[in-house]
This record gives sequence, structure tokens and C-alpha cells, in this order.
Amino acid sequence: MSAAEFFAMGGYGFYVWGSFGVTLLLMVVEPMLLKGRRRAIQKRIARMARAKVGER
Amino acid sequence: MSSRIVNWFKFSSPATFYPLAGRMIPWFTAAAVILLGVGLYMSFFVAPTDYKQGEGYRIIFVHVGTAWMSMFIYVVMAAWAGLGLVFNTRVSAMMATALAPTGAMFTFVALWTGALWGKPMWGTWWVWDARLTSELILLFLYLGFIALQSAIDEPRRADRAGAILALVGVVNIPIIYYSVQWWNTLHQGATVSVSQGSSMGTVMLWTMLIMTLGFWAYAIAVVLARVRCIILERERDTTWVNELEGGVR
Repeated sequence: MSAAEFFAMGGYGFYVWGSFGVTLLLMVVEPMLLKGRRRAIQKRIARMARAKVGER
Repeated sequence: MSSRIVNWFKFSSPATFYPLAGRMIPWFTAAAVILLGVGLYMSFFVAPTDYKQGEGYRIIFVHVGTAWMSMFIYVVMAAWAGLGLVFNTRVSAMMATALAPTGAMFTFVALWTGALWGKPMWGTWWVWDARLTSELILLFLYLGFIALQSAIDEPRRADRAGAILALVGVVNIPIIYYSVQWWNTLHQGATVSVSQGSSMGTVMLWTMLIMTLGFWAYAIAVVLARVRCIILERERDTTWVNELEGGVR
């Protein structure tokens, strides 16, 4: 089976790759969004901690 | 017996659950990568071409697993929400909140892959049949839960309101599951059923199960990562969070 044949998926290429592609995309985006959320809250906590030290 | 109960409640405290969740994430991430890697390989290179649907049927390997996850995550979410409501444990409610976006994501993927499978096989992206409509309602339940919780400023009240919505919505799950039996639907009946076993080839069945386990591991890893964010956000004023993440001792 050639690569072109493989990607054509017997004429169902758009549907098959559209399904697997979007699923994979979302499963990459979700952890990335969470990384960002984690960094944001960590920064905020560090900032608050520094502010507290400054008060002393 | 009583010591076991005490042990369980120990993990209902955010301060003890937070590091535990952190230790579990790498294992579930590794499991997800391996299982989905093997599952994808089997989906395209091991599973044979279907005699009726050609290569188009391969959508089944994402569609069925994600559809199962969409229902399963909802039940788990409602269970955590219910536990939070009954025992007033903070971590339970946070788990419910953390599960909702991932559940919504899997519901969307199930609908999306279903549409992409329906178009070439049924000739339509969408029909208002019982299975498809109840799955769409599931998506709205997830989105409603998220919207309701984010509309209430006070976290504990948001937890309770969300829990009631989640618990009422559970009624939709058996409707989705049995819709193909109760109504005459365009959607086909269950390929794998609890009572009748499987009606598909062994290799296809294994591929589907491995993909599903991969989605499962992914969901656990992502939800634990999200619950850790939620814990930090809600407990940011506590001493333990400051000692752990404040960078100041």
C-alpha cells in the first residue's frame, strides 16, 4: 500500500482524518491550556507571597 | 473498619490530595501515550478493512471510545458532586468541577466523529434521532454545569448548585444508552453490549478497547492536572499553598 493510498483511505480520507485529526488536536490543546492555567495561578501565588514578605 | 473510613477522608482534604494527584499524573500520562500509540497503530495498520464500509469504518476507533467516555465521565462527575453535597468535602466538589470540561470535550468529539461518519454512510451529517439528540443534550448538560458554576461567585454555593444540576442530569445517561433499543433510530444498535457481548471481529474489538483505555488514562491525567489548578486557585490564601508554591519560606 502506498502512502497516497493510505491517506486516501479508500475515498474516505476527509472523514477519517477529520475524525482522528480533530480528536488529536483537542487532546493536545486541552493539556496545553491547563499548563497555562497552572502557570498563571503559580505566578499569582508567588506574587502574593512576595507582597506579604514586603509588608513585614 | 473505622480506621479505613478515616483514611478515605484524609484525602478529602485539598492539602493531602494535591501532592497525591501530582504523583499520579505522570503514570496516567505515560499510560495514555502508550495505549493511544498502540491503539492508533492498530486502528490503521492491524485492523482489517471492513467488507461493507471499506476504510471509512475506522472512525469507530475514536467514535465509540469517546462516546463511552462522554457518558462515563458524566456519571463519575455526578457521583463526585453528590458526595460533595452529602459529606460537604471540598475535594469531591472540585473533582466534579474538574471533570466537566473533559467530559464536554469527549461529548463534542463523539458528536463530531459521528457527523463525519454519518455523512458518508447515512448520507447526512445529522438527524434528530433519539441517540444523537440525547447525546447533544449531554453536551448541553456539561456546558450548563460549567456555566452555572462560573456564574456563582461563592465557590461553595457554586458547588452545591452544580451538584444538583449534575444529579438531575444523570437521568439522561440511561436514555442515551438505551435510546437505540427504546426508539427506532438511524443510529445502529450497540456493537458491544453488557448482555450480549460483542458482534464485531476480535482485532477490531481489541483496537477499540485499547483506544478506550487510552482515552481513560488521558482523562484521569488531565482531570487530576485540572483539579490541582482548582485547588491552588481556591486555596491560594492558605499557609500550605504559600509554603508549597509561594517560593518564600
